[in-house]
Amino acid sequence: MTIPRFWREFEHRYRLIGTKCPSCGRVYFPPRDVCPYCHRESVGKMQKYELKNTGKIYSFTVVYQDIPDFKELKPYIMAIVEMDDGPKITGQIVDASPEEIKIGMPVKAVFRRIREESPSGIIEYGYKFVPI
Amino acid sequence: MVGIVSYGSYIPKWRIKVEEIARVWGEDPEDIKNGLFIYSKSVPGPDEDTATISVEALRNALSRKRINDVGAIYVGSESHPYAVKPTATIVAEATGFSPNITAADFEFACKAGTAAIQTVMGMVKAGMIRHGIAIGADTSQGAPGDALEYSASAGGTAFIIGEKDTIAEIKATYSITTDTPDFWRREGQDYPRHGGRFTGEPAYFRHILETSKKIMELMKTKPEDYSYAVFHQPNGKFPSRAAKTLGFKESQIKQGLIVPYIGNTYSGSMITGLSAILDIAKPGDRILAVSFGSGAGSDAFHIEVTDGIENYPRENAPDVWKQINSGKFIDYAIYAKFKGKIKMGE
Repeated sequence: MTIPRFWREFEHRYRLIGTKCPSCGRVYFPPRDVCPYCHRESVGKMQKYELKNTGKIYSFTVVYQDIPDFKELKPYIMAIVEMDDGPKITGQIVDASPEEIKIGMPVKAVFRRIREESPSGIIEYGYKFVPI
Repeated sequence: MVGIVSYGSYIPKWRIKVEEIARVWGEDPEDIKNGLFIYSKSVPGPDEDTATISVEALRNALSRKRINDVGAIYVGSESHPYAVKPTATIVAEATGFSPNITAADFEFACKAGTAAIQTVMGMVKAGMIRHGIAIGADTSQGAPGDALEYSASAGGTAFIIGEKDTIAEIKATYSITTDTPDFWRREGQDYPRHGGRFTGEPAYFRHILETSKKIMELMKTKPEDYSYAVFHQPNGKFPSRAAKTLGFKESQIKQGLIVPYIGNTYSGSMITGLSAILDIAKPGDRILAVSFGSGAGSDAFHIEVTDGIENYPRENAPDVWKQINSGKFIDYAIYAKFKGKIKMGE
């Protein structure tokens, strides 16, 4: 990811800031500029919304694939987390082994390193999830 | 009166036992356990560093009390993830305090966090800011096979300091600073070096005992006037001996003595012990809290718990002993992988 793009996405990567449609009240994450249900009604009116950091596991998979940035974490768990505010978010589950994970398990978002550009490059931080 | 408005700690989940490190280096674990009074230490996950630990500690403090009017964030550590780019900028952004805030990183071996507390205390007292945040956190380094490998661990604590609605007042603070070469790490070096036995008498004990005596003299108090005392914890033996020398009983230091189970969290060490004390403290309790940083210096604090702690929702974040007791143990191979000690191919 380029530095400018990473920097532009701090709000939602660091703090789970999504958007809320003032017309129907639906919450979106990542943020959307237009509500797909309310269309023109929502244009220019979408509000920033900080999601609660809790949710539950909607589905998950265990990744054994050799991906350079995630080699130390292998095997790692990728899940779709249904947040308490509604949106479903894809994220990594950490501090747990695959056999501990169950669908429906409550989790909370934590702040972790995602990857680094290189040993001298920028460190990219963002959300991951841990069981609670 | 300036004091603590909220506090929170974070200790990584992973632990390694002394037996496991001793097994790899051919040492007698009983010897180490008796010598250092350490049984296990915390280990950061491969995706954790001082910035992530600081953010989680501060989020725990904020979930106990959300304070919006914050004017300063200072993060004390000797393991900031960047040599140039403050950890405090990442913490401010991740907790929503950016951009209208002043921020900086502090460094003073294991007492950088208490130096940050003193700085925000001064700013609050001077009326520059309503609230200030002081954090001490580390993912400390010990060279493989060195005695430090048994103790160098990870964790941190955040304090929100202010004048109104405090849960504990900081009635006084006193420091001493000298040029004492007991422990150091040169720029660009991966691991620190230390003066072995020299880290005891002229460094830890001289500084800790002197600041403790001076602050008690200043406040006209004796050890028996305190409900709790907590000293910097490079191992279990040093703070226990310092407490005994000063005249404190085991019952006064037990709650804050966390090093036997999670190791030395460096800038997070004494303040995480203080956090464990605040987890159970009652109105009127007096706490003597004394940090030590190699190089060397010591900051002492005389703290008195207020009635404000009664309605303060401590249960909104996990307490320190709960975090200590929920660790997961790993072996040396996984520890070496997590800590980046394995030389990888390109």
